Amino acid sequence: MAKSKSAYSIPSKIGKLETHILVVWVDNEASVLSRVVGLFSGRGYNIESLAVAEVDQKENLSRITIVTTGTPEVIKQIVLQLKKLVPVHKVANFKREDKNVIFKEMALFKIVGNSSKIKKTLNACKKFNPVILDQTNKSAVIQITAMRREIDKMTKNLKSHGLISVSRTGAVAMTRGAGIFN
Amino acid sequence: MPKLYTGAEILFKCLEEQKVKHIFGYPGGAVLPIYDELKNHSSVKHILVRHEQGAGHAAEGYARSSGKPGVVLVTSGPGATNVVTALTDAYMDSVPLVCISGQVPTHLIGTDAFQECDTTGITRPCTKHNWLVKDVKDLQRIMYQAFKVATTGRPGPVLVDIPKDIQFAKAKYVSLKKEKKIEIKNKNRFNQKDIDQLIELMNKASKPIFYTGGGVVNSGPKASELLRELVALTGFPITSTLQGLGSYPGDDNQFLGMLGMHGTYEANNAMHDCDLLINIGARFDDRITGKIDEFSPKSKKVHIDIDPSSINKIIKVDLAIVGDVTDVINSTTKTLKKKNLNLEKSNKQKISKWWQQIQKWRTKQSLNFINSDKIIKPQYAVQRLYELTKNQDTFITTEVGQHQMWAAQHYKFNKPNRWMTSGGLGTMGYGLPAAVGVQLAHPKKLVVDIAGEASVLMTMQEMSTAVQYNLPIKIFILNNQYMGMVRQWQELLHEKNYSESYTEALPDFVKLAEAYGCVGIRAKNPDELDEKIQEMINVDKPVIFDCHVDQAENCFPMIPSGKPHNQMLLGPKDQEENKITSKGKVLV
Repeated sequence: MAKSKSAYSIPSKIGKLETHILVVWVDNEASVLSRVVGLFSGRGYNIESLAVAEVDQKENLSRITIVTTGTPEVIKQIVLQLKKLVPVHKVANFKREDKNVIFKEMALFKIVGNSSKIKKTLNACKKFNPVILDQTNKSAVIQITAMRREIDKMTKNLKSHGLISVSRTGAVAMTRGAGIFN
Repeated sequence: MPKLYTGAEILFKCLEEQKVKHIFGYPGGAVLPIYDELKNHSSVKHILVRHEQGAGHAAEGYARSSGKPGVVLVTSGPGATNVVTALTDAYMDSVPLVCISGQVPTHLIGTDAFQECDTTGITRPCTKHNWLVKDVKDLQRIMYQAFKVATTGRPGPVLVDIPKDIQFAKAKYVSLKKEKKIEIKNKNRFNQKDIDQLIELMNKASKPIFYTGGGVVNSGPKASELLRELVALTGFPITSTLQGLGSYPGDDNQFLGMLGMHGTYEANNAMHDCDLLINIGARFDDRITGKIDEFSPKSKKVHIDIDPSSINKIIKVDLAIVGDVTDVINSTTKTLKKKNLNLEKSNKQKISKWWQQIQKWRTKQSLNFINSDKIIKPQYAVQRLYELTKNQDTFITTEVGQHQMWAAQHYKFNKPNRWMTSGGLGTMGYGLPAAVGVQLAHPKKLVVDIAGEASVLMTMQEMSTAVQYNLPIKIFILNNQYMGMVRQWQELLHEKNYSESYTEALPDFVKLAEAYGCVGIRAKNPDELDEKIQEMINVDKPVIFDCHVDQAENCFPMIPSGKPHNQMLLGPKDQEENKITSKGKVLV
């Protein structure tokens, strides 16, 4: 950039990057997801994880949970742009460090190995509510729920126990206490 | 059993209900049922353009000069892709457009059918919203919503994609009066506390300035009236962006001229040195701010805008007022009058020093140029055009480049909606079709497209449209045979390497005019200019005016690359003293 002769200014200071969780309530209709996602891709931002599902059949509402990393200014701009979209009802913006919000992800692990390996795996996952969904004499499918980084750690650690496949959801979020986000 | 109507009939009923008088379009396979229905609706007049981009720009010109939404009708595939430039242009400059596109029949969508494209996918980032109509029962509601979304809040383009089978399918049509009003997001969020804070800042300021933009024009003619009252009441100086020109009289003493890259010396210096900056309906565009870090460093900043996402996007402000410009100014003047009847006098005293400083800047006469009696200077041509047309209500459109900036600098506007130019997107080829739209909205008025010879060739085919509908638009070409702005940057920043900016083979514009069936006029020297311009104004037909101007003229003043507002480059004399640094070359 520094040497090229362009018609635009060179960037001044680049702000600190922060990870944010955005929760977006939208009309459940075709193309709504691409409208939302377009605001990120149009700024060259990557979405780390995404969870979408209908949460209110009668009102036809879906809830989208997006984890992304960017400068605070750009995240704020995306939130304001999201609020302008016709099918968007409301938008919540949380920092990953926010203690008042619960973030959870689910993961499925396929372990191939003898029963002792599977037992060791279950033991290692003890903190994360492990459930065996399928078991044969040389394999098992185990479900856990945890935070993103905990799952990252587990997928690394379980390699030695015979972990051969991982499937995981995006984060979902909810505030603590009796109140809801409005 | 209520009567059933086809999708095409419902579409026209919706257009009639919205009081649409003109649509700009081009037929094709996927919109034939709509074109078939056209004959039954005499209140909606169809204007056949020669290229869909022309339809879009014509609708923009129509919308900007009349305040009503422009309506475009195009076919699927290439029809839709051709209109994308105009939609993006309207999105950048907040122009209300409703674009209706045909689509291949529902069962063929996604099969790469003939003239199929993913129209809603392609236009998603360049519209406020778009719809693919999948059921004819939704059509009426969608059309109603489309007009609402395009015209409320910050205006902009929308698109409704209607598959051919939906145009044939039948459904009920309920008159709107019975229909429940569909809720649109609340736009007025400011309260009295914000206004009080603004007035307190105004009271304290000793170097204030109003910086107004296209939002004032978009808010309607009332906003301009209120703005004039507010400026008179406060005695503050005012500057305007390119898009805001006309909302305040260009020849008034409190007006400092346009600001920004090619703005006046006094406007830019006042922006830099002020202690209170009140932005009304502008968006801190990068052509305005120059170097962000050094933008108006000593000022408190207030931003009045209807779009919350515009606030703090580029420049952090101290007070944000979200609302329609008309409402905000109205509350402000009301409160001013109620609270502090002497503000006018006390302020005038307090800011008299500020005005003295501004007068000093004014003596630089930054828009001056060295005139010639042998060759027509482009600035002189615009000045003469202004002098010879200012006694009548004239509408000006432009293309993009040097001529656009000279028009903005030397043509003085007194009313809003008289100045149509592509600012945000900078679309060459905008002005000619826009003039077509303006002339349709204002049949008896003088409409002039101040053009460059390179820009105008991009949409020249629309002359044929102008001739077909007897639209006496005047295409005033400042012909220097160069893409002038490109040439200027190459001269200043790229060691005079005029790479591909000279046009070797230009058409004979007079003969071209005759070929289209309009009038061609050529002016080559300053002596004949007035007479020829008068001839152009007097002809009641479309005119192409080929004005040969100085090829080497540059557009000054200019904020040079990488410099803040207070380090402007003035005319040729000043250049010797202020060479552009190599570091600055990056910035332009």
